[in-house]
Amino acid sequence: MQANLKVKRYNPDEPQPRVRYQEYSLDVLESFTVLDALIQVRDEVDGTLALRCSCRASICGSCGMRVNGRAKLACKTRIAELAPNGEQLTIEPMGNHPVIKDLVVDIDTFFNQIRRVDPFIQPDSTPTQGEFIASSESMTNLLGVMNCIMCGACVSDCTVLEVDDKFIGPAALAKAYRFVDDPRDDRSSERLKKLNDEHGGIWDCTRCFQCVEVCPKDVAPMDRIMEMRDMAIEAGNRNTPGYRHTESFIRSVRRHGRLDETRLAVDSIGWTNVPGLLREAPVAMKAFTKGKLPPLFPHKAEGNSAIREIVEKAEGGSK
Amino acid sequence: MKYAFYPGCVARGGAPELYESAIAVMQRLGIETVELTRASCTGAGVLQEKNRRLGDVLNVRTMAMAEQMGLPILTICSTCQGVMSQANHAVQRNPDYLDEINAELAQEGLVYRGSTVVKHLLWVLLEDVGIDRLKSTFSKELSGFNFAPFYGCYIVRPSDALGLGENPQRRNSLETVIEATGANVTDFPGKTACCGLPILLINQQNSLKMVSNHTGAASDAGADAMVTPCPLCHLNLDGYQPRARKNNRGDAADLPIIHLPQLLGMAMGIDHDKLGMKKHVVSTKDLVQQLNTNATGSQPRVPQT
Repeated sequence: MQANLKVKRYNPDEPQPRVRYQEYSLDVLESFTVLDALIQVRDEVDGTLALRCSCRASICGSCGMRVNGRAKLACKTRIAELAPNGEQLTIEPMGNHPVIKDLVVDIDTFFNQIRRVDPFIQPDSTPTQGEFIASSESMTNLLGVMNCIMCGACVSDCTVLEVDDKFIGPAALAKAYRFVDDPRDDRSSERLKKLNDEHGGIWDCTRCFQCVEVCPKDVAPMDRIMEMRDMAIEAGNRNTPGYRHTESFIRSVRRHGRLDETRLAVDSIGWTNVPGLLREAPVAMKAFTKGKLPPLFPHKAEGNSAIREIVEKAEGGSK
Repeated sequence: MKYAFYPGCVARGGAPELYESAIAVMQRLGIETVELTRASCTGAGVLQEKNRRLGDVLNVRTMAMAEQMGLPILTICSTCQGVMSQANHAVQRNPDYLDEINAELAQEGLVYRGSTVVKHLLWVLLEDVGIDRLKSTFSKELSGFNFAPFYGCYIVRPSDALGLGENPQRRNSLETVIEATGANVTDFPGKTACCGLPILLINQQNSLKMVSNHTGAASDAGADAMVTPCPLCHLNLDGYQPRARKNNRGDAADLPIIHLPQLLGMAMGIDHDKLGMKKHVVSTKDLVQQLNTNATGSQPRVPQT
């Protein structure tokens, strides 16, 4: 079958380095992956094409790149599935990483994020004999995050990292969860406090599902971030707009069955945070004059007592 | 075509023009609706952060009500679509979990068997109404207009819960509908990215950068307006566009953010007041004026039925 590739090229050693796209057409086997095709290009067509790969079996995590705008492992992506009729495939380096050359990115960015979460077990005591024993049940929940092969796909497509390079990022936060929830680690509450307080921590995720979608190993970093938000709250970290936002949301559903947007905004900013409230007042006024502001007393769901009972049973009474 | 209608909280709150325009448009399309007035909020993913199971109970409750009525759910909110789809996906794959949740709904006399289909209006247009029938309701030519599609997150991810594999037409649904109106699609990189709303009150700087990047890129690419199926995206992209653009690009907010039903309503020739075109922070005045002077547009392309 025919493979048509459009590859993003960049070589910093050129006299005037510039980004350009180069097209390659080649005959490939039905079984070919994007990586197989790129290696064929490098071996037979254009030896200047730079790419990084090693195991070719989606274990090492070296060949992360964007195929048609989405981060993927090139070795796990079959051409016949994405382009059965020879449709052009656009191949680009991963996003949110500096490009070294062509499809090769600098992975220091990635590992610096991982280092920020102290990715090692920190027990307070030494084991009484031999080693720490963790029960099978306690580790089952961690199997998902331990599947991470550090390919950087989630970091590449993270919508927060696109606007803020201080965000710890999905891979490192999933890694943090792996230690927060490990029964042998004695630093869980310190870890959670740090992740709760610092700029770029658990509350900066937008819940966009991008990392869940692109992860080739089903690590679902976003789900782990959400679990850590709940764990951080349970551990007593409550002075954040994120906490107030979530609490206010649930309170509103309990009271009205619906969302009270006005109250949600004021609760999240904080009732005593006068500068914060004043900052948002003009936006609210503008919306109000356009007839957009939600009613002061929100539409209630009919028969909302049934909803209240469900919420109270799950979350307890008034808070 | 009859549906259990789930408008979502924002259409009944901060974006009333969405509700008004959707009702007007659905009437023209011959879509019959029974509003689910007893249904709760979906939790929008926020409630799920703290208690996913509670979110699933609330959404299964809503889907059970529709099942009892024998109707699929139609929503006009992408976020509601996504969150309900996720709950549906979770219980459909796990009968034990469904039993557990049903036990909690028993005292209301509700039971869910897992059969309710949840569809955003955008998907209903493609899959139930059909593009040809949709086009037959249009009387205004929108050719010459450039519209940038903005999906947001919850109607495209996670793709398995949303059935995008089995329904590949959903991936380009917004472009398909824009093209059906005769307008041009303005492509830009951020159309399936986050609008920033979930972190607006948590990390406003990041949120506003997102608003500025998306609206700025679409505007630079020549868009007259942005079209979105998500009222939450609308709230941020419209309401905070002036501040976002000023802070990040030093320019003025110039891109109206219109709801999907407003686009349809414009093509159907529905009165602009009825579509709530004035209920926008970024003015739609130029857009409406251009539509009125678009003389070629007054002729229906296909006779109305």
